[in-house]
Parts: sequence; C-alpha cells; structure tokens
Amino acid sequence: MAEEGTSRKTRTVVALVAALAFAFATGCGVGGDEGGSGSRAINWYVFNEPGGSYDKAVADCNKDAGGKYQINYVKLPTDANQQRELIVRRLAAEDKDIDLIGMDVIWTAELAEAGWILPWEGENKTAATEGKLEGPLKTVDYQGKVYGIPFTSNTQLLWYRKDKVDPPPDDFTWDEMIDAAIKNGTAVEVQARQYEGLTVWINSLIAGAGGQIVTESGDVKVNDTAKTAAEIESKLGTSKAAPPGMSTNAEDQARQGFEAGRSDYEVNYPFVYPSAAEVGKDFQKNMGWARYPRSVKDKESRPPLGGINIGVSKYGETPDLAFEAAKCIANEQHQGDAAELGGLPPTTEAVYETQQVKKAYPFADLLRQSIETAAPRPVNPAYSDISLAIQKTYSPPDGIDPNGIVQQLRDRIEKAVEGKIF
Amino acid sequence: MSTAQAAGAETTRQATAPPKKGITERHRAERKLAWMLCAPAVIAMLIVTGYPICYAVYLSLQRYDLRFPDDKEFVGLNNYADVLTSSTWWGGVWNTVIITVVSVSLELVLGMAIALVMHRAIFGRGPVRAAILIPYGIITVVAAFAWKYAFDPTSGFVAGLPLISDTAQPLNTHGGSLVVIILAEVWKTTPFMALLLLAGLSLVPDELHEAAKVDGASTVQRFFRITIPLMKPAILVALLFRTLDAFRIFDNIYIIQPGGALNTESVSILGYNVTINRVNVGLGSAISILIFVCVILIAIFFVKALGTSTAQQTGEAK
Repeated sequence: MAEEGTSRKTRTVVALVAALAFAFATGCGVGGDEGGSGSRAINWYVFNEPGGSYDKAVADCNKDAGGKYQINYVKLPTDANQQRELIVRRLAAEDKDIDLIGMDVIWTAELAEAGWILPWEGENKTAATEGKLEGPLKTVDYQGKVYGIPFTSNTQLLWYRKDKVDPPPDDFTWDEMIDAAIKNGTAVEVQARQYEGLTVWINSLIAGAGGQIVTESGDVKVNDTAKTAAEIESKLGTSKAAPPGMSTNAEDQARQGFEAGRSDYEVNYPFVYPSAAEVGKDFQKNMGWARYPRSVKDKESRPPLGGINIGVSKYGETPDLAFEAAKCIANEQHQGDAAELGGLPPTTEAVYETQQVKKAYPFADLLRQSIETAAPRPVNPAYSDISLAIQKTYSPPDGIDPNGIVQQLRDRIEKAVEGKIF
Repeated sequence: MSTAQAAGAETTRQATAPPKKGITERHRAERKLAWMLCAPAVIAMLIVTGYPICYAVYLSLQRYDLRFPDDKEFVGLNNYADVLTSSTWWGGVWNTVIITVVSVSLELVLGMAIALVMHRAIFGRGPVRAAILIPYGIITVVAAFAWKYAFDPTSGFVAGLPLISDTAQPLNTHGGSLVVIILAEVWKTTPFMALLLLAGLSLVPDELHEAAKVDGASTVQRFFRITIPLMKPAILVALLFRTLDAFRIFDNIYIIQPGGALNTESVSILGYNVTINRVNVGLGSAISILIFVCVILIAIFFVKALGTSTAQQTGEAK
C-alpha cells in the first residue's frame, strides 16, 4: 500500500515537472518566427500610438507585402524613458526578437555607437533621406552614416490667447513674453519638471542664444549661453508668471493650465490644438500660434525637435526584410496618416503640401519652418547621461543660480561624457 | 531583497551555532544531520545570493558600460573612488539617512501605540487587527500614487483642506517632497512595525504588571519600567527590519518624484539611474556594493545590540 502510494506520488511529481518544462519551452518561443501564413515575422518595437495610425500603417504594409513578411506591432510604454530602458536592455542582451525599433530622435548616437543598429546604405540610404526635412535628417546621422529612416517629427510652437493678448511679433523674446504675462497677471506654460522635457526647453534656449552643449565627439562647448538660458528659466520661475506646480509640470499639465485659462501663453507640441476643440469651439478659435520665442533679440529662435526614426536591429534574423518593412511604414502615405490620426508632424517635405496634412494642421507652414530650423538635442552616445546632467543642473526653476551655472553644467557634462557619476 | 535575506541568514546561523564544549558521539551525529538538513537551503542561498553578490563585486572593478562594450577594462577601485568623491552619492546618502531615521522613529512611536491598542482591544480583535493591517497589504506603488495624487497641486484634495494654505505645493520643493515621501512610507509600514511589537507585547507577563500595580506603580511607570525593557528584543528586531527596509527605499520615491527629481534621490534610486538608465554597469555595481556594505553595517549594529540585550535578559532570568 505504502509503496504504491509513494510511486503514485512520484508519478504525479514527474508529470508536473514535465508539464512545467513543456510550458516553459513553448512559453519562451513567443514572438518567434511564426508570422501569419508561414511568412517571416518582423517585430516593430515602438510606443503605442493611440490614434491608430501605426495600426493602419502595419495593416497596409502587411497587405502590400503579399506574404513576404508580416509586421507585428509591439507596443512599448508611453514614457520615453521606459521605452529606452527596455530597448537598451534587450539590445544589450542581443535579443533576436527585435527587428525594427521606433527610435526617439535622441537615441541614434547611443544605439549606433554600441553597434546595435545597422547603417542604411546604397538604395536604402537614398530611400531614407530623399525629400526629408533638414531637421529630422540631422537626427539619423551619426559620424557621417545614416542610422534610420525619419518617420514622424515634432516641434513646439508658441500658443497664445488671441482674445487676451496681441499677436507676438517675429522677434518676440522670452523676456518680453514673461513681462507681458506679469503685466496681465497670468502665467506662461512651460515644461520644467526634472525630466526630458526640461532638457528640451534648456537645449532650445541655449541654441537660441547661439550656443551648443556638446559635440558628437564629446567636446564640451558650454559657454555663457548656458547662463542666458538659466536667466530666462529663473526669471520665469521666480516671477508671478510662474504657473502653479511649475517645477513638476510636463506637457500635459501645461496644456491643462492653458485650457483652464490661467495663462495667455504656452509653449507646447501641436497636440494641444485638437485638444483645445474639446474645451469648446470658441476656445480653439481664440487660440493663436506663433514661432517659438527667441532667447535673445537678435537671433532666430531654435525650436525643439522631437519625433521617431525607424532603425533596424543588428540582431534581427532578416535585416533585408526589416529594411523593406521600415521603408513601407515610413512612406509618405503613412506619414500623412500619422499627422491626421496621431497628431505627429511629417518628416518628408512634400507631405506638408497634401490636403490631409493641411486640414489636420492649419499651421502646417509654420510647423515645417520650425522643424527645418529646429535645434536637435546633443548627438552623442552618452546622450542619456548628458540629458540627466542638464535636468539636474537646471532644476528647480526657482532655485537655480544663473551665475554659477556655466561651470556647474560644464563639470557635469564632462563627467557624463566620461561615464563618471555626476 | 537579497541583502536582507543574507542578513537574515547571518542571524540564523549565529543563533543555531552548536555549543563547542563536550561534543559526544550523539552530538556529532546530530550536527552532521543538521548540516545535511541545512545543505539544500545553504546551496540555494549561495546560488541566488552568493553568486550575484560576487558577480557584482567583479563588475564593480571594471569600466563597463553596456553601450561601449569595446571599452571594457579592469580599473581596480576607480569606480569606488569616483562614487565616494561625488557630491551626488553623498547627497543620496544624506536623503536616505533622513528618510530612514525620521520614518523609522515615527513608525516606532505610532506602531507602539497601535500595538497597545491591538493588545488591549477587548471586542472585535480580529476586525481591528485586519483594519490596521490594510495599508501594509496595499502595493507600495499604488499607495505612492495615492499620496502623489493627494498632494498634486491641481487635482489633489490636500490643498483644499482647512488649515492648509491653498498655495502650498509640497511636491514642488525638495523639503516638501521628502515630507510626502516619509508620510507615504510611514503610512504604509507602520502596521508592520505594530505587528512585530504586538508579538513582543504578548510576551510581557500580566503578573508583573499586577505586582507593580500592587506596589503603586503608575501606568506610565509600568510602561517604561516593565513593558519596554521586556520588549527590548522585539523592538530591536522591528527596528532592524524597518531600518534595513527604509534604507533601501525605492518605489515611493520612484513614483512620487520620478527619477529622484528635486534632489530627492536615495542611494537605491541613484543605483537604479546609473545601472538601468545609464546602463553603466561597472559604476552601478560599485554603488550597489556600497549600499550592501551600508546595509551590513546596519545589520551588524542591530545584531550586536540584540545580542547584548538577550544576553542581559537571560542573565537576569538565571
């Protein structure tokens, strides 16, 4: 009896272990080679675009491919930092599951230097760069090679209340804007939380004053323009025009503040325009747009530059098909869709002339000009370190000392580039 | 996690060490059996904690950034020198110490009060204990979000409370953020402290209280002269657990001030930023090892204190 009991137990255990092992073996194979009907799967890791334009692009391309490949749209978290962490961790582990990467424009140097993404050469290079705006092109270039196809772009405009303030002149500066807001007793909406958005703002302020932070090869170029940027930030941060919660505000808090009527001015991405329609038709009608404000009176402003490029992973099993799929996803039609459905501005100049984009953006021309003359954030393999250093140095807006900031920023950037702690 | 386990293993090992004198045949056999029974656990511990720790030590001696695999080289103690001479590390240590000391002290006082309530509760003992334990049962990240939203200047309800200035924005300042982080930490883990203290309370015999009462001791006197001294080992264990936990604080800060914004970085957040965000594995490992060393020092301190207090007690009992 006892013996029989033991052997039954043993058998149960063996069966359980076998079942577990089987579950493991099959579970780990998820997202492998199986695509639709025997065709090769191309996994595209990119943030989740809620408007549905990426779904549409994937469906179109899969149809056109006629079974040659099948793109899987793998959705990443919305937070850009989390996207990068996930991608970097997987690529560092030589993950074969990733074929295409929807790369934020600031990742190019990092991924290229590590050798995780393939350069676009010959015909592919032509397809990636032909007809593209200059701004986005700068973001796929690293050491003279092209490392991605620009898909969507983005930039910030100055939004203002037509019913409350005069249209800003062409040479409108941050100083003038802050003074006007103080006079009116309203706020200026910006992104000053200690996160990537702060780097975006500071980089544009520094570039607008004619400065640069660091070069591709790691030469630190921080000079007095860093002080100019700090003075603008500090002036706003310590003035009555500082919006409530300024040091923790990101894009969405800025939008809400503007929509709630606490501000006459806001710098933000174009997603705020369709959103304004939901507040009320009149509100959107009273919303004016102008070019990003100047840091100094005598120099053109340098608006921020965002967007997504598509890169091909070195570790994917069929890079040729991946290049093909990327070209399809980023074609002119899908750029138009991304603009219409997702509010993401195109990278190809010609797309700005289409009815689709003109309808989505009444300010399409201003958008194109801004993107063309935008200031890319530093192109450097240690970009994420550099950005953290900038965020740390320029936060909080009401607690920084513009006088010591040049030295402080230079020290931190030097350490960031050398891979030291700052 | 692993460091706490290692520390736990350390205390167990000390506690179960067999007496050295007068080893008989039977003792030897028992000791052998004990080792064999312990062996699976020891081997498992070596695999899941020993190996990662050794690997982290090895990595901490390298210049190793995942993004620059070609630059990998042995740099000796350079990473440690780099960390220990940076103001960022010491800023993180300072934040961590403040959060640890303040939150653990508050938890001890509140936890003791709650433990006394639970101990004395005459009716509805079960429901009272369950209700008090609810915060501890809530996932830290969820609790942290609740606190963050409560203090949010635009949507939070705290700003609308009476006696609180409408323009107060604690999450916009360094000090205010630390206060919110500490509050969230205290709210979440006081029940744990209370539970450990309750266990200690139930060890205090009622006879002693009655005898003291007969001698005319007041409630306060009885609490400080009888309850506290007898509970000392339980208090020290509770403090040990909570201090080790609080020193490694991560999730609350990660949610309430993402990335340790406004200089609220704790050492764990710093380690995360360097290892996961900057993927600088060498430097990050050096930070992890330094945190590990701090945790060991805290553990040694408490274990020593615990050792003397139990020794005193057993001495008194004899």
